[in-house]
Amino acid sequence: MKILVCISKTPDTTAKIAFTDNNTKFAEAGVQWIINPYDEWYALVRAIELKEKDSSVVIHLITVGGPDTEPIIRKALALGGDEAYRVNATGHDSFYISSQIAEIAKQGNYDLIFTGKETIDYNSSSVGGMVAELLDLPFVSLATKFDLNGTTATIVREIEGGEETVESSLPLVVSCQKGMAEQRIPNMKGIMGARTKPLKVTEPVNVEPLTSIKTFETPPPKSGVKLVSADNPAELIRLLREEAKVI
Amino acid sequence: MPVLIFLDQSDNTIKKTTPEVITYGAKLAAQLGTTAEGILLGTISDDVASLGKYGVTRIHHVSDPSLNHPDGQVYTKIIAKVAGDIGAKVIVFSNNLHGKAIAPRLSARLRAGLVAGAVALPDTSAGFTVKKNVFSGKAFANVSVNTEMKIISVNPNSFQVEATGGSAEVVAVNISPESPKTKVVSVNKIQGEIPLSEAERVVSAGRGLKGPENWKMIEELAAVLHAATACSRAVADAGWRPHHEHVGQTGLAIAPNLYMAIGISGAIQHLAGVNRSKVIVVINKDPEAPFFKAADYGIVGDAFEVVPKLIEAAKAL
Repeated sequence: MKILVCISKTPDTTAKIAFTDNNTKFAEAGVQWIINPYDEWYALVRAIELKEKDSSVVIHLITVGGPDTEPIIRKALALGGDEAYRVNATGHDSFYISSQIAEIAKQGNYDLIFTGKETIDYNSSSVGGMVAELLDLPFVSLATKFDLNGTTATIVREIEGGEETVESSLPLVVSCQKGMAEQRIPNMKGIMGARTKPLKVTEPVNVEPLTSIKTFETPPPKSGVKLVSADNPAELIRLLREEAKVI
Repeated sequence: MPVLIFLDQSDNTIKKTTPEVITYGAKLAAQLGTTAEGILLGTISDDVASLGKYGVTRIHHVSDPSLNHPDGQVYTKIIAKVAGDIGAKVIVFSNNLHGKAIAPRLSARLRAGLVAGAVALPDTSAGFTVKKNVFSGKAFANVSVNTEMKIISVNPNSFQVEATGGSAEVVAVNISPESPKTKVVSVNKIQGEIPLSEAERVVSAGRGLKGPENWKMIEELAAVLHAATACSRAVADAGWRPHHEHVGQTGLAIAPNLYMAIGISGAIQHLAGVNRSKVIVVINKDPEAPFFKAADYGIVGDAFEVVPKLIEAAKAL
């Protein structure tokens, strides 16, 4: 059983979001970088749990990024991956990134490919579906539970207003979210071991990005809160009906 | 070269997000000097032709019961075929759960640039640029689509529905769908509740409620306001409320017309999931709670005193 877990480097959830160069670039100064939480807490940890149940499971990690992504790859390896690939390319186009992942995935014959449900920076929720299409594999999006029975996967996924349980044969692509697993902290043994685990750097295949970001904008600030006295909550209900017209 | 709109359905009925994406697609078609057509998959008990009132002129309907449950792989092939047959150059989805499962596949299949999470109509004055949400609602990016074929997934509740009257021509399309590789074994829908992702009003509460036993008044307030209930991450992690109610950066991101936050301090990760809401109301006994800075209306007060009074006042409407 071989699992490929896709990880992405994102700004920390508390990072200040600002832009430079005439609003064409994210302002990276002072930003802490982390593994995209969905990739780490759910996709990677669930893969590690599968390996803990069955020691024949092999976990490979992949990220598409420059040398600056190596600290987060080492952290992921410290949590439990066996080896990692870094495709030496930068870019934000989901198709470009997916094409690089699909190329590595083709060579590795993986039974399972896990992604997070989306990255917390570009929020496109697209890489899983695109990789699946490029490899002509089924894709189960927004999974909250994942179990394996031989070569059949049983997955619970979110649907509007509830959840559904899906069965699929392998190979399969799954995007993971809350419920799949619990966040872990790497231990010292993992951190020491990660230093010597293989991290292979490959050059990207030639693919044209389908989209490009021209500029960024930050939302206009709120004009300020209108406070209502705690003695008169009925006034709030009146404002919501007559002024805001939302109830 | 019409604009093709994916008309989402579930349980044989047209989904609530569908009129919104039709309005979007129709306005985009007018902007491009073309017509808006729709694609609908599965058997439907609603009046399909009446969707014309939102601006779609023709609906391509594959009325096959095997399509009642969306499968990304099967749907992608059919949508690609119909888009090719009618020569569509732009395809519009809702960026809801079905859209997220299908649009990326279609983008890869057709090599069509995808903007997922669009919040405005494209700027077509020079090229084709679409504004989308990034950094979990903390910013927008203007994304240029560089391919001839384009796909836009519109964030739910970001576009005003407009009905102008009119009826659509419904064209039956004969395609034999292939059988899906994934099989749905069971569906568990929470009956009687408004799904959070589709709710126009949301009442949400946090640790300030002190314990799960105090949610009765939150549920009652939500019921009188016809709102869905939600909670903060701390509350879901403590097991006070189910995980699917967790809104925030790592939970569900929502954009209702009204978001009422009770006993939630407003950490940046929580704000990221709700800051697209049209009107934010904050009720918190701490006047320094950061949430007040992001709020439109607020009450500094004890939830246990304020909420029962809100329920009374809302009941009196």
